[in-house]
Amino acid sequence: MSSVKISFEHVRKEFVTRGQGSGPADRFPALEDITLDVHTGEFLALVGPSGCGKSTLLDLLGGLTAPTSGRILLDGRRITGPARDRGIVFQQYALFPWRTALENVEFGLDIAGLKAAQRREIARHFLDLVGLSDFARHYPHELSGGMKQRVAIARSLAYDPEVLLMDEPFAALDAQTRETLQTELLGIWRATGKTIVFITHGIDEAVVLGQRVAVMTSLPGRIKEVVDIPVSLRGESDDVRSLPEFGHVRHEVWNLLREEVQKAQQGQSGASASAHRAGRILKELAHV
Amino acid sequence: MSSLETLTLLELAHGRPESMSGADRRPRPIAGRIRATVRGFGALGCRSLLLIALLSIWEAAPRLGLVDPVFLPPFSEVIAAGWQLAQTGELYDDVSASLLRALSGFLISVALIVPLGLLVGWYARLGNLLNQLIEICRNTAPLALLPVFILLLGIGEMSKITMVIYSCAWPLLLNTIAAVRQVDPLLIKSARTMGATAPQLFRKVILPAALPTIFVGIRLASASAMLVLVASEMVGAKAGLGYLIINSQYSFLIPQMYFGILGITVIGLAFNAVLQTLERRFMRWKALVAT
Repeated sequence: MSSVKISFEHVRKEFVTRGQGSGPADRFPALEDITLDVHTGEFLALVGPSGCGKSTLLDLLGGLTAPTSGRILLDGRRITGPARDRGIVFQQYALFPWRTALENVEFGLDIAGLKAAQRREIARHFLDLVGLSDFARHYPHELSGGMKQRVAIARSLAYDPEVLLMDEPFAALDAQTRETLQTELLGIWRATGKTIVFITHGIDEAVVLGQRVAVMTSLPGRIKEVVDIPVSLRGESDDVRSLPEFGHVRHEVWNLLREEVQKAQQGQSGASASAHRAGRILKELAHV
Repeated sequence: MSSLETLTLLELAHGRPESMSGADRRPRPIAGRIRATVRGFGALGCRSLLLIALLSIWEAAPRLGLVDPVFLPPFSEVIAAGWQLAQTGELYDDVSASLLRALSGFLISVALIVPLGLLVGWYARLGNLLNQLIEICRNTAPLALLPVFILLLGIGEMSKITMVIYSCAWPLLLNTIAAVRQVDPLLIKSARTMGATAPQLFRKVILPAALPTIFVGIRLASASAMLVLVASEMVGAKAGLGYLIINSQYSFLIPQMYFGILGITVIGLAFNAVLQTLERRFMRWKALVAT
């Protein structure tokens, strides 16, 4: 097996919230004992019920927050903050509305201090890679959701990160656009050999894209199981969804997830008020 | 806050024709362009219809004896009085005095207050420290302070320009602070993940994202500048449009008084037009958002 790119070692993240009014501070764990290795060049999909701390995990990987305990290593070095060795693609695109598509792709290179001509050339290449050369001078509000996400992917690829972190990037798109972008993303992954950590709540999406699918539990978020996707599903076949193996794996992941969703719903129906509150707060925190 | 809301409403109303003209800008054959020009003039005529009607009523009502022509002279007489003022050079003195005060006060205020607002918005702790003071000052109507400024700074240029600076400061400060604080946190997060340092974040994300709201403050400030300027020129001045208005009233030169009022309107409109042009230039990316 290839070398380990990202390594989670007993990562725990807890949030402190102030109780009602001036009550004592509440501490609850969002992530508990996450231990997971992601290999170089691997496409890892992470699925879990909403509020399981997927986005918290991504923030930790991105270096935007630090774990309460445990550590996250990238190439054996501890992650201490954000840097251009990791690129993040967000669900809501996060494009800069005052920059054209091309200028958005240039942003990371601009931050890195590249000369205008150089970054323009690189940006053009990556805009071409996602099939948007003709839209270089369009502003984000002139692009469809799928196009915006393509620009965002190009922007993250442009500064050549080693790892691409994707936080439900296709969740806001319609089904057809989503499938198209999934196929394109696989193409880009094969072409660039990037390590991709892809967070989703869609089982199909996880099975279609991932070489491995990590299923998470909720409250607190743990890695419940990592499912290997059979190689037969990794071919460049047009429609992996129609293969019988796809159904099997999908069912396996679905079974793993079902218990978690039920557990989360029980919490939310009021059986456990604090769990409900924790889940809500978790969601809020995850989206800050 | 109510004046801010009004302005946004106005902008919404203005937004539509602008965005339509934006869509018209695409190149098209000459016949189409001529047709568009004709349609443009037609639209202009349509929009000016009410204005033309209003001026006609102004012209006709005193002549028909519907209102006392002494207190509301016909529009043409007002213009004639203005022409006389222009020929004696008095108009030039008044307009230039008013413009100089308004512009210098406004520009000084923008140059001082916008950076301050950016700082206060950026450093939350500074904001907390200043919050109370800002609340007190902005709720003290600038006109109420007019006597104080005159007492302290005399009736010369100093007190008037200071008044303008002061009255511009609050809409500028509040809008700039709000502008910085309203920047989409996702954009900041996104820039941070790309390794942006704090100064880069400020220059490349906060500033451009805050610009539209800062401009709302700038336009509110320009309106405020005119208001305060006229009032302070009415209280004590030897030139200026406010002086022209009040002095004409005292001397019972009613057409001149109306002309002074028209002058204020024209300057206000010109100010706004310049600001709108600037705004459109700097925020081309927002041109179509209104639709």
